[in-house]
Amino acid sequence: MSTQIPEQEAEAESSAEAEADASAESPQEKRMAKKAESASYRDAQKKAQEEIEAAERAVQLKVFRYDPEVEGKQEPRFDEFHVPFTKGMTVLDALMYARDHYDPSLTFRHSCRQAVCGSDAMFVNGQQRLCCKTQMSELEWPVRVEPLPHQDVVKDLVVDMQHFYDQMHSVEPYFQGDENAPSGEEQKQTRENREKIKMSTRCIWCGACMSSCNIAAGDNEYLGPAAINKAYRFYMDEREDQEELEEHRLRILEQEHGVWRCQTQFSCTEVCPKDIPLTEHIQELKREAVKNNLKFW
Amino acid sequence: MYEHDVIVVGGGGAGLRAAIAAHEEGADVAIVTKLHPVRSHTGAAEGGINAALREGDDWELHAYDTMKGSDYLGDAPAVETLAQDAPEEVIQIEHWGMPFSREDDGTVSQRPFGGLSFPRTTYAGAETGHHLLHTMYEQVVKRGIEVYDEWYVQDVAVTDEDDPNERTCHGCVAMDIKTGEIAGFKAKNGVILATGGPGQAFDHTTNAVANTGDGYAIAYRAGVPLEDMEFVQFHPTTLPSTGVLISEGVRGEGGILFNAEGERFMFEHGYANNEGELASRDVVSRAELTEVNEGRGFEDEYVMLDMRHLGEERIMDRLENILHLAEDFEGVDGLVEPMPVKPGQHYQMGGVETDENGHTCIDGLYAAGETACVSVHGANRLGGNALPELIVFGARAGKHAAGADMGESKIETGERGDIEYDDTQMPVQPGEAGISGAGSATAAADGGAVTQDPTAVVEREVEAERERVEEMLSKEEGVKHSQIRERLQKTMTQNVNVFREEEGVKQALRDIRDIREAYEDVYVEDPSRTFNTDLQHTIETRNLIDIAETIAMGALVRDEFRGAHWRKEHQERKDEEWLKHTLIGWHDGEPQVFFRPVILEGENKTYEPKERSY
Ligand SMILES: Cc1cc2nc3c(=O)[nH]c(=O)nc-3n(C[C@H](O)[C@H](O)[C@H](O)COP(=O)(O)OP(=O)(O)OC[C@H]3O[C@@H](n4cnc5c(N)ncnc54)[C@H](O)[C@@H]3O)c2cc1C
Ligand code: SF4
Ligand code: FES
Repeated sequence: MSTQIPEQEAEAESSAEAEADASAESPQEKRMAKKAESASYRDAQKKAQEEIEAAERAVQLKVFRYDPEVEGKQEPRFDEFHVPFTKGMTVLDALMYARDHYDPSLTFRHSCRQAVCGSDAMFVNGQQRLCCKTQMSELEWPVRVEPLPHQDVVKDLVVDMQHFYDQMHSVEPYFQGDENAPSGEEQKQTRENREKIKMSTRCIWCGACMSSCNIAAGDNEYLGPAAINKAYRFYMDEREDQEELEEHRLRILEQEHGVWRCQTQFSCTEVCPKDIPLTEHIQELKREAVKNNLKFW
Repeated sequence: MYEHDVIVVGGGGAGLRAAIAAHEEGADVAIVTKLHPVRSHTGAAEGGINAALREGDDWELHAYDTMKGSDYLGDAPAVETLAQDAPEEVIQIEHWGMPFSREDDGTVSQRPFGGLSFPRTTYAGAETGHHLLHTMYEQVVKRGIEVYDEWYVQDVAVTDEDDPNERTCHGCVAMDIKTGEIAGFKAKNGVILATGGPGQAFDHTTNAVANTGDGYAIAYRAGVPLEDMEFVQFHPTTLPSTGVLISEGVRGEGGILFNAEGERFMFEHGYANNEGELASRDVVSRAELTEVNEGRGFEDEYVMLDMRHLGEERIMDRLENILHLAEDFEGVDGLVEPMPVKPGQHYQMGGVETDENGHTCIDGLYAAGETACVSVHGANRLGGNALPELIVFGARAGKHAAGADMGESKIETGERGDIEYDDTQMPVQPGEAGISGAGSATAAADGGAVTQDPTAVVEREVEAERERVEEMLSKEEGVKHSQIRERLQKTMTQNVNVFREEEGVKQALRDIRDIREAYEDVYVEDPSRTFNTDLQHTIETRNLIDIAETIAMGALVRDEFRGAHWRKEHQERKDEEWLKHTLIGWHDGEPQVFFRPVILEGENKTYEPKERSY
């Protein structure tokens, strides 16, 4: 392993420099050298201490493994990793540690590390959670990490998100307000209305809700909580104020696999890492649909 | 082979805006992106978007503030374009449904931001970037623009004339991450690189894991110079274990910083006797590091940011979001304990050299967003100026690539015009390991037969990338890329961060030389073709090495203190000598530094360099 060699060389070089410093005359340099020496002693001591503590406080991770083309991984299995615990460590940190130090083939999606990209929803100790937002210290150890249930597994912790995206796209998830709004001037929106849609606009497309939903598991065509919430976001936005458009949006939501499928089990609301009141939003849309239908009676 | 008129690489703010603009011009456009667009790091931006929308404000003030903030290293035509186009672009985004925060009269809210002479930062709560990203992605869905998501772009396909200014880009090569398939993407009109920042060159950053600066390295090796790479912004308050950003809002509301001896060091050690914690980002970052280096940090690593005295009510009202961040990402309750913070890499001012239309010196090759250097930010970016850059220059690049007539550009690109070469002695030869022609990835060495046929150019590049991947996968043993990346990040953070000393920067360049050599032995342990992130990250690490080297070279060459670039031995801004951009050309593996004067003449005035004091 050639990286090791230059590293050692570099260390040897710098300690040689420190020695040279020690033999120098200036008191300032002497002090510095002394400081460096005691610092390196402190470092060594600290390191030893850390190692002892780490051994005492290693987290055990049990991670789902599967790869359709690699021998030995075609049959799903669980691998165990022992990761030294540090304060503030998230499940994502632990997974990254295991990958970078033990097994580079350990595969999972992640990017932002701050709960905005929605890449790393997984099934952690039996619940859908965002790994970067879950502290190891809050979980029971060993920590078991699996891919999101009810989705096809591509490899290890990576699931196929296509179905989720298809459902999101199917509700016309884009603003369809006034095409002819005067250019150079914003459309007005009240603070109340902005507040009304605020929570619904926070969705990061992580798919945790859909994965937790029994109905979605049984009915593949069910729009699912996230897509319905997306439609809610536009339906409730007063800047989209044409009646026809509202009816059009309701028709999409009312279809056989739409809002009426929801049996208010609240599982989606419980797992949503952005605290979006999904079930409430779905209920509100059901009421809107009823109101709208009454109009035609 | 896939074919489109315009290929946009990257689905962040810049890429999405470029794709929409190209589509509106009637082009057949596709986005090729390694992350699904909504996963891009634009989603992490909190603060807001600067635009002169209101009475009492105008684009000239915005341009003036930006130029001053840049420490007079922004090019006036770019700075003025940004300020002029931003209002219209922001209104456009509002028309697409962006949920901006609102005033009582229903208009879009604006707030004050550091370095701005007017409160012109439009925002959507503390999640401006998230809403911007999703709003534009929605428009992409509406238009039916094709998105190849989770395709990793490895390289562009460029003709191989000796002079980069004569080369043409005909497409790119990408790998389908899910299947491992490597395919060519032919672009009739052009390729736009919008791949975001390079924060992963440092070991502590507010950037995402995916921000590996691929676009910089791809353009650089194709022959486009990288500009002003030494200018890296570090943010003073990031959480130690993850780099998650704690917004300036905490200090704005009265939060204080203290060291392990309980001293409020910004005052007690005289770093900023007037402004204290509210001094500019670079000043606070340097103060924190000085405290730690002199032994007054906590665990030799961080200082504390305390907001407890503000009281629960005020914190819940204005800083609730911070409580969640500290709790979720550091396991700390900001109501009962102080929060640990330290400086982290945040933003790359420099980048791929382009003109006001995003065009590089290679015909058909564009760059936009953080990857590009137009240059509007010069030596220092003002908060709230990156997001308008994405939409203004993203849109311009998209239009230009689609064939719209944008008029003559005023900014020169490439190694031509008024340039001078640098002769600083580098401590080691930078550039490709084992250079001397052998195995250089640019195909200039293929016997002189210059290929002009676009399809052949793309096919040749596909072949080259397939071979490269096969070679990496076939090695049975070697070095893991993660070890190499860690060494690179360490030396960059140690030697080329907010403090830069000549010897340190030289050490970084020597380390990078070693690291390049270590990379020759890199191998990919995961044998699978399916979702092989080991392979992808290994390729990214090579890009990081090239980028880190340009940052260090620029830092060594520029012997002055300007904006975010601080040099121990050179504590003043040297306008006589340094009102010029640093450019680095790859020269087929042997980097060459040269300079071009900054353009300070604007549309109807010249910006006179003044002292940057606030
Ligand atoms: C925490 C944080 C807060 C910020 N806050 C603000 C703010 O308040 N105001 C402001 O103005 N600026 C802010 N900034 C800066 C600003 O957000 C970024 O500069 C900007 O969002 C970058 O956008 P982008 O489109 O260039 O790149 P990104 O959004 O990073 O997108 C890059 C895209 O390129 C793709 N990609 C990358 N490499 C490849 C490849 N090899 N092949 C295919 N695809 C690839 C990725 O998948 C992604 O889609 C902030 C930055 C951070 C980190
Ligand atoms: S609604 Fe919540 S759980 Fe569902 S995708 Fe959006 S953020 Fe994730
Ligand atoms: S890594 Fe982005 S949401 Fe967790």
